Amino acid sequence: MFDPRVVRRDFPILEREVHGKRLVYLDNAATSQKPRAVIDAVADYYRRSNANVHRGLHQLAAEATEQYEAAREKVRAFIHAPDASGVIFTRNATEAINLVAYSWARKNLKEGDAILLTVAEHHSNLVPWQLVAQETGARLRYIRLTEDGRLDLSELDRLLEGVRLVSVAHASNVLGTVHPVETLARAAHAAGAKILVDAAQSAPHMPLDVQALDCDFLAFSGHKMLGPMGIGVLWARPEILEAMDPFLGGGEMIGVVGLESSTWREIPWKFEAGTPNVAGAIGLAAAIDYLERLGMENVRRHEEELITYAYRRLEEVPGIELYGPRDGRAGLIAFNLEGIHPHDVSQVLDQEGVAVRAGHHCCQPLMRELGVAATVRASFYIYNDRDDADVLVDALQKTREFFGRVAL
Amino acid sequence: MSLSDLYQEVILDHYRAPRNRGRLPDATVSLNAENPLCGDELRLDLDVQGDRIANILFEGRGCSISLASASMMTELVKGGTLSAAREAIARFKAMLRSGEEDEALGDATALVGVSKFPVRVKCATLAWTALEQALDELSADRAR
Repeated sequence: MFDPRVVRRDFPILEREVHGKRLVYLDNAATSQKPRAVIDAVADYYRRSNANVHRGLHQLAAEATEQYEAAREKVRAFIHAPDASGVIFTRNATEAINLVAYSWARKNLKEGDAILLTVAEHHSNLVPWQLVAQETGARLRYIRLTEDGRLDLSELDRLLEGVRLVSVAHASNVLGTVHPVETLARAAHAAGAKILVDAAQSAPHMPLDVQALDCDFLAFSGHKMLGPMGIGVLWARPEILEAMDPFLGGGEMIGVVGLESSTWREIPWKFEAGTPNVAGAIGLAAAIDYLERLGMENVRRHEEELITYAYRRLEEVPGIELYGPRDGRAGLIAFNLEGIHPHDVSQVLDQEGVAVRAGHHCCQPLMRELGVAATVRASFYIYNDRDDADVLVDALQKTREFFGRVAL
Repeated sequence: MSLSDLYQEVILDHYRAPRNRGRLPDATVSLNAENPLCGDELRLDLDVQGDRIANILFEGRGCSISLASASMMTELVKGGTLSAAREAIARFKAMLRSGEEDEALGDATALVGVSKFPVRVKCATLAWTALEQALDELSADRAR
């Protein structure tokens, strides 16, 4: 097991102060901080090897291409995919999901088909499907939640009738629920549907195995898992990718280009038009190296212990409402303080050096489901420890004292 | 920048005990405003007699800044003329831009600190923008 205080030393940003206080960074579900190894990998690429990839016969081009493709292989191993041809670099999870929406769903869905989502989805796994539905005439259907915030699968069979695609978050970015993706994949396949797993909140925090999950598509962002912003991944079964049309057209993704039409390169490059984010991919590979040195099992165990502790401590705060299940959650927790708006809470916490997110977390339908306008969310990672949870709880007590009793 | 720059006592007072809160059944003009980014919602009811705002009530949910601002705004414009209300709106927005106190704004002067917290400016201006829209609707109605 690793020591989060030792891990913290690898993150230069965590040495800084905010408003004269030690920075307690608890907004990891929005984006993680970057270790020196990732910052250096990106800088070294630009210092030593920068060149465009897949063309150019000079030494730098060869080095850049080699590092870019090595990053793809690193991602493949990280998610236990059988073959790197299914690994496509995108800007982020949002773009990965949109790629599937444009290149697969628009072609394969028609009027009367259904797409099954959950009410807990992030807007990035909701709005692309609304656009598909508007264009194809397919209908959107939703898995609702149980009282404690888990997916209500009691009517799953009925919900799956006529469904061609199930698209679901592996872990909720608000409730912290880890969804039973294997169960959903089995049911989806039995119903003749494909399944997309939005792993934006799981890839950084737990071991991922696309073969064990048995999903068809998997999307995640690099920046939430110690990597740079602007690099993300779509993994898809190669046979599905083979049958799909390109997403974006341009250089890099072509075979022979004529004046009227062109042929496409083989997968995955068919889906990577234009100069890719090579530095981003190399930075992501460095992030994966860092995480694997810690061990993803250890990362998960650390966060489980920490969130269990944080949940217990938060419960001590009078007037707090915690959302989502008590057990089996990912390392984040959303809450509200009675009578105090999340933005006011977040403002006071900021003065104490505590960075949290306040708002709807890109989950407006879920907020309506919970009957709130917004929540505060604290999300933990490998460099957070019990001290950070204690600082959060103390700062919440201060918030209550500051605003006092509000008669509304 | 400290918390007390933003949350002056008079702001917390308006937040804890908002003035002019409620609904007017026979409002001359009503307006619903929202800030979807925060989930803030505000409803204004105005009773306008001739050139005067005879009464103004608000209801809503939001952060301390947006609700205190609404309370202060109603207090300032209630009983005054429409043109005075328009001037107050302009002065309030100018204060948040310049960061310089404007005593003419009454309690709302205390919101000057918001100018140092750019993400909160929208919270402070919600009620004033809503009032501006309500006045626009009123003059459009009257022109018809």
